[in-house]
Amino acid sequence: MTPSTSTKRSTYYEELRQKGYSRRDFMKFCTTIAAYLGLEATGVAQVSKALMTQSRVPVIWLHFQECTCCSESFIRSSHPIVADIVLDKISLDYTETLMAASGHQAEAAMEQTMKDYYGEYVLCVEGSVPVYDDGVYCCIGGKSAEQILEETAAGAKAIIGWGSCACNGCVQAASPNPTGATPIHKLVKGKQIIKVPGCPPIGEVMAGVLVHLITFGRIPELDRIGRPLAFYSKRVHDSCYRRPYYDAGLFVESFDDENAKKGYCLYKVGCRGPMTYNACGVTKWNGGVSFPIQSGHGCIGCSEENFWDNGPFYRRIANFPGFGIESNADKVGAVAAGVTAAGIAAHAIGTNLRKKKLIDNLIEEGKESEKELS
Amino acid sequence: MTKHNLRRVFVWELPVRVYHWINALCIVVLCVTGYIIARPPGLQSASEASFSYWFGINRFIHFVASYIFIFNFIFRLYWGFVGNQYADWKNFIPTTRKFFHEMWAVLKIDILLKKNSEHLSIGHNALAGFIYFLTFIAFAVQAITGFGLYASMSDWWLPNLFAWVPGIVGGDFVLREIHHATMWFFILFVIIHVYLVFYHDYVEGRGETSSIIGGWKFIEEETFQKELEEKKEMEEA
Repeated sequence: MTPSTSTKRSTYYEELRQKGYSRRDFMKFCTTIAAYLGLEATGVAQVSKALMTQSRVPVIWLHFQECTCCSESFIRSSHPIVADIVLDKISLDYTETLMAASGHQAEAAMEQTMKDYYGEYVLCVEGSVPVYDDGVYCCIGGKSAEQILEETAAGAKAIIGWGSCACNGCVQAASPNPTGATPIHKLVKGKQIIKVPGCPPIGEVMAGVLVHLITFGRIPELDRIGRPLAFYSKRVHDSCYRRPYYDAGLFVESFDDENAKKGYCLYKVGCRGPMTYNACGVTKWNGGVSFPIQSGHGCIGCSEENFWDNGPFYRRIANFPGFGIESNADKVGAVAAGVTAAGIAAHAIGTNLRKKKLIDNLIEEGKESEKELS
Repeated sequence: MTKHNLRRVFVWELPVRVYHWINALCIVVLCVTGYIIARPPGLQSASEASFSYWFGINRFIHFVASYIFIFNFIFRLYWGFVGNQYADWKNFIPTTRKFFHEMWAVLKIDILLKKNSEHLSIGHNALAGFIYFLTFIAFAVQAITGFGLYASMSDWWLPNLFAWVPGIVGGDFVLREIHHATMWFFILFVIIHVYLVFYHDYVEGRGETSSIIGGWKFIEEETFQKELEEKKEMEEA
């Protein structure tokens, strides 16, 4: 992101020094975040240089249908500078949760940013957008979420969808989705959206995405559906420390059994690790303390599309659509096999009755030949 | 009693027979290992995980069998264009009025058990051919969903050609469900397929079962002459 020439905004480094961070703190942060980004050692210099020379990027952080767990996750990321670098009021132009201003003042601040930094600001969206009934289910300052998104997206340099709400719709989009909760990539057309799914996403991952934008001035490498490859290219299963138990076929059968105590693989009690792309197994949570599987509970796949409707969390196989509760593909299949077997039995009996003449003829012909040869 | 004067016809060429048995073996192996992957048995073991790898081996067998299955399938598609008239792709896709007519006739004679001994086809009958066409679609579904699931674990370009698949259906979870549910199509198919082979041998006595081993079927001399005449008429017309 090229620094704005129209204003004299201080750099990230200057801001941090003012807030009382030492240069050592700053370099530690650069090293940490470069590691999370998966950069090589020389990447640290790139990060520190960018943060020292570039004036801060204006950020508009919108909250729609969400629970603010993304913001909570972000401000709890392991390094305190992460919170200060963006979420502190000095760095953030507009966010309902943390900004000092309120009411008309707040809306004015957003409009000012949109005008002054058109084509330069980063738009972060937390939450899905309800589209039913003209969007009445989520209105801020007299505007619907859809309107606000459209207006702010127009001048955004980059758009980040924080969390499963913005990326997939999350629980409010669960069937029957009464408010028409819609992920932002379906509403913002013609612009690449960086999807950072998860409920919430990992704080370090969020920070990593932002720092990548600042350092390299372009969006990180994304996968086919728009997730940064650095954090979402591997399944939780592939980096899970319980993976050896999976390969050895040692599974927890129920949460209170001996196998659970031994820390076996949670595959059979519904762990979604094998279907979920996220960095939980590597980055972990709360400053690297733990992640769900390490705490003895299967992954629920919170960063995957539709995880809320994909069957019971504690079962591997979902209910088979159209056959009611407790009907999985295997039950339906077994019944179908039974019906098939019964049909075959009926057909076999029918054959012997209806085709008797043909069959008898064949048998007779065969026996006749046998007799003639004896 | 009508006496049958049977004539030998070479129906299934060696590549078709080899394809059939590789395919059969692969499907059995894939269904068994796949079912174990979906619902592994509950085992108790006193040894450490590092001494055991049976589940990993089970998955490995599944992946190896799937590669063999897919290349075998691709070979069969190719053979549908270069093989003999009984292996030709036109046996599987209903394109002519005659095809539909025969499908209906098979339904009447073999499924509804109408009393009729009309000899319909020497190779696949039309209904069987069409069902095999559906199995080819199921093969494709399993190959695409399977590679879609496998892509993120592989560095090879071939599975990675299918890395787009999870995104289309809404993630690996849904993809697994499709892959798993389609397995049941194969199980049902095998039950009916084996039964019908036995049925045809029992009712018609033309060597239906052994044809996929030796390649020969046996048809009545009259049928042979009739087919010959039809062929001549076609050529003249």
